[in-house]
Amino acid sequence: MGARRVRAEGGRVKTAAWPRDETEAERLLVVDPARGALADFAIRDLPGRLRRGDLLVVNDAATLPGSLEGRVAGSPIEVRLVGPAEQGTWTAALFGAGNWRWRTEDRPAPPVLVPGSTLVFDRPAGAAPPLRAEVVGVSEVSPRLVRLRFDRDGDALWSALYRRGRPVQYSYVRAPLALWHVQTAYASRPWAAEPPSAGRPLTWRVLGEARRRGVALAAVTHAAGLSSVGDPRLDAALPLPEVFDIPAATVTAVQRAHAAGGRVVAVGTTVVRALEGAAEGGALRAGEGRTTLRIDGRFRPRVVDGILTGVHPPGESHFELLQAFAPEALLRRALAHAEREGYLAHEFGDSSLILPRSL
Amino acid sequence: MEIRGRSVLITGGSRGLGAALGRTLARQGARVMLVARGGEELTRVVDEIRAQGGEAHGFLADVGSKDDIHRIAGAAAALAGPIDVLVHNASTLGPTPLRLLLDTECEDFGRVLDVNLVGPFRLTRAVAGGMALRGGGLVVNVTSDASVNAYPTWGAYGVSKAALDHLARIWAAELEGTGVRMLTVDPGEMRTAMHAEAMPDADPATLADPAEVVERVAAIIGAAEDIPSGSRIEVSRWAPAASGPRAVA
Repeated sequence: MGARRVRAEGGRVKTAAWPRDETEAERLLVVDPARGALADFAIRDLPGRLRRGDLLVVNDAATLPGSLEGRVAGSPIEVRLVGPAEQGTWTAALFGAGNWRWRTEDRPAPPVLVPGSTLVFDRPAGAAPPLRAEVVGVSEVSPRLVRLRFDRDGDALWSALYRRGRPVQYSYVRAPLALWHVQTAYASRPWAAEPPSAGRPLTWRVLGEARRRGVALAAVTHAAGLSSVGDPRLDAALPLPEVFDIPAATVTAVQRAHAAGGRVVAVGTTVVRALEGAAEGGALRAGEGRTTLRIDGRFRPRVVDGILTGVHPPGESHFELLQAFAPEALLRRALAHAEREGYLAHEFGDSSLILPRSL
Repeated sequence: MEIRGRSVLITGGSRGLGAALGRTLARQGARVMLVARGGEELTRVVDEIRAQGGEAHGFLADVGSKDDIHRIAGAAAALAGPIDVLVHNASTLGPTPLRLLLDTECEDFGRVLDVNLVGPFRLTRAVAGGMALRGGGLVVNVTSDASVNAYPTWGAYGVSKAALDHLARIWAAELEGTGVRMLTVDPGEMRTAMHAEAMPDADPATLADPAEVVERVAAIIGAAEDIPSGSRIEVSRWAPAASGPRAVA
């Protein structure tokens, strides 16, 4: 999931502008809040930082082909799907003229739409016939957040989405991203509006080695939402409520890990939101749910002991969430270290593991 | 493996063995996703399964195209749920009438490998990771005796199937312990459009009806947990349960 960029702080961390070939060689900054210590590793070293009895929980949501380009009353518009909403409608964010090379905050606002406005998605050209959608609701938070009803559903809708849509693009990336650039090695249902990117560097060799060392592996499916939209009102409201599904096997795996003194390590902030959201009532429960949980330094996690995540500067919502796992001063020290050592940030950047007793 | 409630993705699902297998598994309670290049035939099969109370979905795609792989995997998981069974049934003979290797265009040879070998590799890669994470799943490769016998003029096809057989064995070795199983099934000669293209002079009376063959293929899928992963099975020689499956490794 893309981090919400609220301020430009921490801008000295360089950006990875393209997926790298050797993901296992990507860097891993290990932060141990129990010792207040930092150390440099690579992703291939992750299994060695975990212990027999620990549990690694990943988000197996595949990334939607959620960016659709089209027109509304003759004006260009881009729609980014957030996810399915009630009665067959979809929640979506709107972007005006311009393309993926423009930073979202620099894009002109889209035309103001009202219920009944019709959007026509006719790109790429030639793929007949165009997909259409009608605006059926406009959010009170921002006129750029709408509910859409497409002109088809089921098989026909998914065919059109995969034919017309592509994953959400990033202005700092070198060239357009295809779905294969953003899917994890274990992706399943296409629920994520943006990639659950903490799992991106995990190869099956690394996951297999972790298993051989006695680390268990479990999944949640979490509908990771959009990152920054470039509209301050909408960005301030992020993350929007997100849907998740926790398999019974994952609940059992969490209980088993904790009973044996193992640590539950979330791969990405989306996994934290899913597990902690599902445990809001006290105990972790299996099944589908929806969370509006906002996690920051005041939050006391019930389920998750540590997190594998990207390199997140202060000012990002991710940085706030990480304070539930490590004190702000230690996180700032980790970031200064990452800057000095040339770590890379954003979707294709390096990783950090924040986990007590990992060093 | 209990077929009821399973999410099954079948390539080449608009006709022949693929369509027949889709009908059979849907009748047994599976949620079936059929992938094919041909629109009308695919819609007909999907509508027919639904009319009989089964759950089927259709998706137009070319397994030989890299662009289509994540589309297939994503649409299948969205519509039928996380994929439990993946059947690589789509394949191409290349141009017909079949020709000698000395007369085969390199591009045609490459296209046959793209559809029959690289496509299944890519699609398995897009699906099997999720299966391994969930701790189970089955991938079935449809092969042919042309993968073991050197029939003149069947060069591109035979090589693609021989490589597919071996690919399945290597997948099985690498996925051991994950719960993901690999099987390769040789359905034998059937009365299909593909067979008619390859051997227009064959006597249809000597060919099996795909509807009968798929009953056995469905039984093999149902019994997959008792068959060593990586096995290559000749459908006509397979004996179910009681005496134990006769898997030809």
